[in-house]
Amino acid sequence: MADKPAIRAEGQRLLDAFRAAGAVPVEADILQPAEALLDLYGEDIRARAYVTADPLRGEMMLRPDFTVPVVQMHMAGGAEPARYAYLGEVFRRQERPGARASEYLQAGFELFDRADPPAADAEVFACIHAALAPLGLRAVTGDIGILADAVRGLSTTERRKAALMRHIWRPGRFRRLLDRFGGRAAPDPRRAALIERLAADTPEALIAAAGPLIGKRAANEIAARCTALLEDAAEPAIPAPEVETVEAILALRAKAPAALEALRGHAAAMPALAPAVARLAARHAALAARGVDVAALDFEAAYGRTTMEYYDGFVFGLLAGDDMPPVATGGRYDALTAVLGQGRAIPAVGGVIRPGLVAALGGLR
Amino acid sequence: MIRLGVPSKGRLMEQTADWFAARGVSLRRTGAEREYAGEVAGVAGVELVLLSAGEIPRELAAGRIHLGVTGMDVVREQVPDWAGRMEEFARLGYGHADLVIAVPAAWVDVETLDDLDAVAAAFRAAHGHRLRIATKYHRLVRDFLRAEGVADYQLVDSQGATEGTVKNATAEAIADITSSGATLRANHLKVLADGLVLASEAALFGARDAEWGADERAQLDALRVKLGL
Repeated sequence: MADKPAIRAEGQRLLDAFRAAGAVPVEADILQPAEALLDLYGEDIRARAYVTADPLRGEMMLRPDFTVPVVQMHMAGGAEPARYAYLGEVFRRQERPGARASEYLQAGFELFDRADPPAADAEVFACIHAALAPLGLRAVTGDIGILADAVRGLSTTERRKAALMRHIWRPGRFRRLLDRFGGRAAPDPRRAALIERLAADTPEALIAAAGPLIGKRAANEIAARCTALLEDAAEPAIPAPEVETVEAILALRAKAPAALEALRGHAAAMPALAPAVARLAARHAALAARGVDVAALDFEAAYGRTTMEYYDGFVFGLLAGDDMPPVATGGRYDALTAVLGQGRAIPAVGGVIRPGLVAALGGLR
Repeated sequence: MIRLGVPSKGRLMEQTADWFAARGVSLRRTGAEREYAGEVAGVAGVELVLLSAGEIPRELAAGRIHLGVTGMDVVREQVPDWAGRMEEFARLGYGHADLVIAVPAAWVDVETLDDLDAVAAAFRAAHGHRLRIATKYHRLVRDFLRAEGVADYQLVDSQGATEGTVKNATAEAIADITSSGATLRANHLKVLADGLVLASEAALFGARDAEWGADERAQLDALRVKLGL
């Protein structure tokens, strides 16, 4: 294990590289209000972040990443386009001994730019890829937006699409929903019995018969969902070829050019994929224009689906081996800026490097 | 010398003494009624340590006792990576308690976790905050809901009278221990069909990090033979 000064020196070299690429260095507080992070990530973040109590400000978290504070800072009045760089510790709670570091340095580069998203994707990737070139890492790319566009393109109700979109980062539940909406799972007898009961009477009568209504969820909310359940039960299944297209996308792993060709084939069957495929083609062209050897890139359509929750478009990782966390990760997070901006949004893409892993691999010198 | 930690009072202590007695090992409190010391007869080399049931997981995890009897639920709730730090030798067949997720009985549209998840999404959109589940079993409930892919909920801490939180509008649902379900029904709540987080009972645990010399290992072997484990 490299010592801390050596790791910090690697981090400083990366920060210098980001500054040379036009980024403005920024800082963020280590103590972050828990509220915004909990709203974004849900209760799961409590298992992954250190929560502490401030006597005046309430629940706080030790900074689990820089993305949220940097976006908040930018939304509060940054000029556009903007490039930011940072270097500092992040903290990740570990529930198992020895598995992963609970405190480590992170060097990051974030780009906010409305003009040309494929070019912005390529700029961030090329900057991080070039900075780590001496290490000879394997580069994996992906695009959560392709899966999202496939879901939007399904021939089914907006309600079902919204349910699938909501669980796009939870593979288990996504799978179960897709099986149910696709008519592939054997119908759940509990659901069938529920539908039968709901069809037998008005929601108001059923609620009255079930006992006094307690709590904040009101009778009209229960009635609305009863109606929605009955409507959904009458909906036809999503056509099998469309479900198969979604599955083929989830399973797609190839070199980047071959993956693009495969996706063109899927777009022929599902026209809703055409814009996503055009985006990918434009990104590959932009990467090539920045000198990246696109033919050498791996592409996995579902890459980052479980671990990089806020990414909703391009994603990437630079990997040294299976027994080490990714040395660098990054991607596009347009939706996160919309949530944090309360209506205002700006296309954003960024990436982070762990200088500790860079040092462990022999460093950049 | 093996240190065996058992609950110091209440029904759990009596049932533990009965369980050991039925296997020819007697656990006896020595000295005055209020003294937390005891002796073990019927097997050599075992020392009795009387502790509150809630302290036993911590003492096991730290290796300050070799063996301990306590509920599966408190071990899983209190000790991260519990299986890496202790071994479950036997489930003892008493102290049964189910940790379940319950919602208002008037939620006629909700039977399963699938429904709860869908309701959580709609609730958050309608009320501007995540659906609140009151519990004192944060780790168990969070791990369970994560594995089941339930989103848009938040846990609110409730250390007692959890069944009342829904009526008092400080939570929309609860996760709590029940043995018969009568208290839940009396509070107009129902258990989700697939809402069983853990079927807990008392169990005998061994601490991996306790000092296990040649003597202790031999004493443990003898004890396990005596107990039929």
